[in-house]
Amino acid sequence: MLELQGITAGYDPRRPVVRDAHLALRPGEALGLVGPSGCGKSTLARVAALLHRPDRGTVVLGGRTVTGFRHRAPRSLRTEVGVVFQQPRLSADPRLRLRDLIAEPLRATGRRRGAQEAVAEPAERVGLGPDLLARRPHEVSDGQLQRACLARALVLRPRWLVCDEMTAMLDASTTAALVAVVEEYRRETGAGLLAVGHDPVLLGRWCDRTVHWGDIADS
Amino acid sequence: MTPHPAPPPAGQAPPVLRVAGLHVRFRMRGGRHVEAVTDAAFELGSGSCLALVGESGCGKSVLASALLGLLPGNAETAGSALLADGLDLLAADERTLARTVRGRRVGLVPQSPAAHLTPVRTVRSQLQETVRELLAPKGGKARLRAAGESAAARAAFPADHLDHHPHELSGGLAQRAATALALVGDAPLLLADEPTTGLDRDLVDRTVDELRAHTRDAGRALLMITHDLAAARRVADTVAVMYAGRIVEIAPADAFFGAPGPRHPYARGLLDALPERAFTPIPGAPPELGDLPPGCAFAARCALADATCRAVRPPLTEGVACHRA
Repeated sequence: MLELQGITAGYDPRRPVVRDAHLALRPGEALGLVGPSGCGKSTLARVAALLHRPDRGTVVLGGRTVTGFRHRAPRSLRTEVGVVFQQPRLSADPRLRLRDLIAEPLRATGRRRGAQEAVAEPAERVGLGPDLLARRPHEVSDGQLQRACLARALVLRPRWLVCDEMTAMLDASTTAALVAVVEEYRRETGAGLLAVGHDPVLLGRWCDRTVHWGDIADS
Repeated sequence: MTPHPAPPPAGQAPPVLRVAGLHVRFRMRGGRHVEAVTDAAFELGSGSCLALVGESGCGKSVLASALLGLLPGNAETAGSALLADGLDLLAADERTLARTVRGRRVGLVPQSPAAHLTPVRTVRSQLQETVRELLAPKGGKARLRAAGESAAARAAFPADHLDHHPHELSGGLAQRAATALALVGDAPLLLADEPTTGLDRDLVDRTVDELRAHTRDAGRALLMITHDLAAARRVADTVAVMYAGRIVEIAPADAFFGAPGPRHPYARGLLDALPERAFTPIPGAPPELGDLPPGCAFAARCALADATCRAVRPPLTEGVACHRA
């Protein structure tokens, strides 16, 4: 289970962005969270991805309460969650070739050896060939870069995926392709998914169930 | 203000924009060329909207930049893009473009307005600057202030937010501020480059409805570049689908989104990828613009392709560029 209990979070303790949010995700479940622009859903997604310390409330991952937050949770826990953000341009180091971009989580966790082989599997999964893997972000389109970001999220084979508006910048075909990649990965590994977005049609088609922001948090 | 063109003879209104044989290519290192836009042609009448759709990297934004003369130095253009008064946007020099075209004859509604607005100045000061430059109203500060406020009102930007800085605005309000700026010069042609990217569905609907109102009711023409098919459906009279730098289909929006539906296999694939339809992606990836195949650029991904498709590039005839349509 990935559980968020009574989460209050934000960037200024006096003005929290998220108030008293509750969310529970069963293993292998795909949950869609729908909300309007600016409601705080991205902040909650960051909390779920263990990248943001909540002001109040607890995060429970696989029965264990997450402790030891500094700004983020300890790395050993964070590697269980793969994250894809909305804007690939802002979440990719412009100096890295796509191959190194995808390998970055391996490098950061001290698994540099064998990284090149480990990159091949997720890269193929998202449909990036050797030519594209050798390029830097400015040489590829948004869709291709988002494919690399998804491969990066999968390279550590996480048990949970958090996709925050993963497809908002993408055309219809690339959207469908990336969703298919996520679903194939989940079928193989039984990973759970929290997909955050503002398109109820997309999330309804993609996820087992969807919840609305107003139902899980005080607004 | 530039005088509007003389009223045309009845029933013979010249199009607000007529693009013919538009090519854009970029010179790269080592003498290579990237064909970003190949042989684009369309017309845009007063009060109508053309949505240019296609995936990222297909050349749509390059086309928009070409129309505004904003291409980088290594770009080469060919063809023509005539406004109703006969000015060719591709042939005009920078001085003409800067003084009489941008903002005055062609208004731009930009992608990501939050990045387009000046971050250190309030919306009011940016609107007033634009009003001063484009309209040069007579009278003192009070006049300018009033003109700025009425410009904001035209795009439904709330007056009590005029003294905010761009970072204090929500995505929807930032979009309205940018639209207000684009409307100040009362340009007959509006160019909207991905105006809805990153907005939520309600805001998308509101933004395109507003653009639609500024177009149809005001007799302007709107060229909207987007990858959002739902937004295109809501706003467009005509849809042009771009693939690998070429317009591969151009069709009335009703026929394209309703019956009989799109005719080009790529356009059909795009619609089928929507979550409310089959939600299946088009297999493969688009070709590199610097390394286009000799035949149809879509042939490698197309289930209908045969030897002709791979060898001969199909011309755009009767609104579709496909051997098999």
